[in-house]
Amino acid sequence: MAIDQARYRSRRRLNAFTMALCWAATALGLTALLIILSTLLLKGVGGLGLNVFTQMTPPPGSDGGLLNPIIGSLIMTTIGVAIGAPIGILAGTYLAEYGRYSPLSSVVRFVNDILLSAPSIIIGLFVYTIMVAPMGHFSGIAGAVSLAVLVIPIVVRTTEDMLTLVPTPLREAASALGMPRSLVIRRVAFKAARAGMITGILLAVARVTGETAPLLFTALNSQFFSTNLNAPMASLPTVIFQFALSPYAEWQKLAWVGALLITAAVLTLSVTARTLGGKRGKS
Amino acid sequence: MTEVSTAQRIEMGASAVAPDVRISINNLDFYYGTTRALKTINLPLYANMVTSFIGPSGCGKSTLLRVLNRMYDLYPNQRAEGEVLLDGENILAPGLDLNLLRARVGMVFQKPTPFPMSIYDNIAFGVGLYEKLNRSEMDQRVEQSLTRAALWKEVKDKLTASGLSLSGGQQQRLCIARTVAVKPEVILFDEPCSALDPISTARIEELIDELKADYTIAIVTHNMQQASRVSDATAFMYLGELMEFGKTKDMFTKPQNPKTQDYITGRFG
Repeated sequence: MAIDQARYRSRRRLNAFTMALCWAATALGLTALLIILSTLLLKGVGGLGLNVFTQMTPPPGSDGGLLNPIIGSLIMTTIGVAIGAPIGILAGTYLAEYGRYSPLSSVVRFVNDILLSAPSIIIGLFVYTIMVAPMGHFSGIAGAVSLAVLVIPIVVRTTEDMLTLVPTPLREAASALGMPRSLVIRRVAFKAARAGMITGILLAVARVTGETAPLLFTALNSQFFSTNLNAPMASLPTVIFQFALSPYAEWQKLAWVGALLITAAVLTLSVTARTLGGKRGKS
Repeated sequence: MTEVSTAQRIEMGASAVAPDVRISINNLDFYYGTTRALKTINLPLYANMVTSFIGPSGCGKSTLLRVLNRMYDLYPNQRAEGEVLLDGENILAPGLDLNLLRARVGMVFQKPTPFPMSIYDNIAFGVGLYEKLNRSEMDQRVEQSLTRAALWKEVKDKLTASGLSLSGGQQQRLCIARTVAVKPEVILFDEPCSALDPISTARIEELIDELKADYTIAIVTHNMQQASRVSDATAFMYLGELMEFGKTKDMFTKPQNPKTQDYITGRFG
């Protein structure tokens, strides 16, 4: 076989060039991430103390903590996921199982994809229109609902994807034993797809934890500790938004701390989700 | 060529132990959408015998097998016409309870498909669908089934381990145990050894031979030697038609149809 050396060299050059581009792109992304994380750490760690978790957000010019927005974020995220995840799982199950071949499914899938990429501020406005305006005031429950609307499309998508990955022969084998469809789905398909579905929910939690725009239109914010879902409720993102834009040094410091907390939480959730997802791949 | 001659039927029926017809397939047509995949199939499956379906890829042998437990019903645009009698009852009749049918007609698939649960639960789950057994009865059933599938000795100390932790051959025997455990009348094997090594294959073949004492068995296989080793009767299919049906030893020594001759001697397919 005659090897055309020039042709081979040019391919090697192209290979080296493409490889260099890949490295550069990776480095760029990682550098940005490193800068963000290190800035957060530098500016946030200084303000991190017990007071952050025990005291309320202060009036301008005095010290305080972030207890009320932390609790608010926890409450609204929990309720949002509690509303959104079951709906998402049910819809995703319909798409992957009962409605796999139905024309309705392609419509639902299309609408879901639109919802998935809809700007979250639009979701905020939507919930403002259907809840805040009729109720006459901002409220924690409206905030939770807007987060739920964000959770649904993510969970629908991951649930469907994970169930679609369950091999068809496994379903057939379950059916071949005389197992009714509902049991095939609940006991076999869900079990096989469980890690992936949980990963999807964790990713949805991570996504909504950092959402600010929908909460500005729904839960607004609050200076006070409140677990009343019928009243405005503080959340970490909105407090960061408000404090970071303020001229007060104490508020700015707390905004950095809040940003650090949120980033750490989201990072933990994402890593957990990926670890779970990785385990599924191996087993 | 689609008719199985009465002579052949009588010949099968008149062998040493006069066999009963467990399943009778009469004028069966099958459609994937508008494509006719099975053309007027007439075929009996005898009780306590192994019937193999052979033929080149796409000839309809797996399709035929999947009619016998209505597996095709899981998918849209697939339909069967004609009549398939199981103990005299037409299983293609509308309104038939498919879950009950599938409890009577078990199936083992090409690739091992253990459920993502323990070895014990893999078996107990199917049994629990239709029978209410107490713990010791269930333990007994699990042991029986695993023994039947020649797997008990290998797994008796790790029944709580995941079914997925077993080797491919063991997984396939677990699937057979699971199928046997629900006490079906008929067991369908869809190329059960094509994903297995020769040693596992030999074990599964022995198993099939033992199982026919209690069950009616149909097996789809691409492996001619396997068909000749394990089956009593063989159906050769080609392009959706049944070309020839008869005793396995006759088919492999003096096939009536030149197409059968060509296929089993490896001239095509």
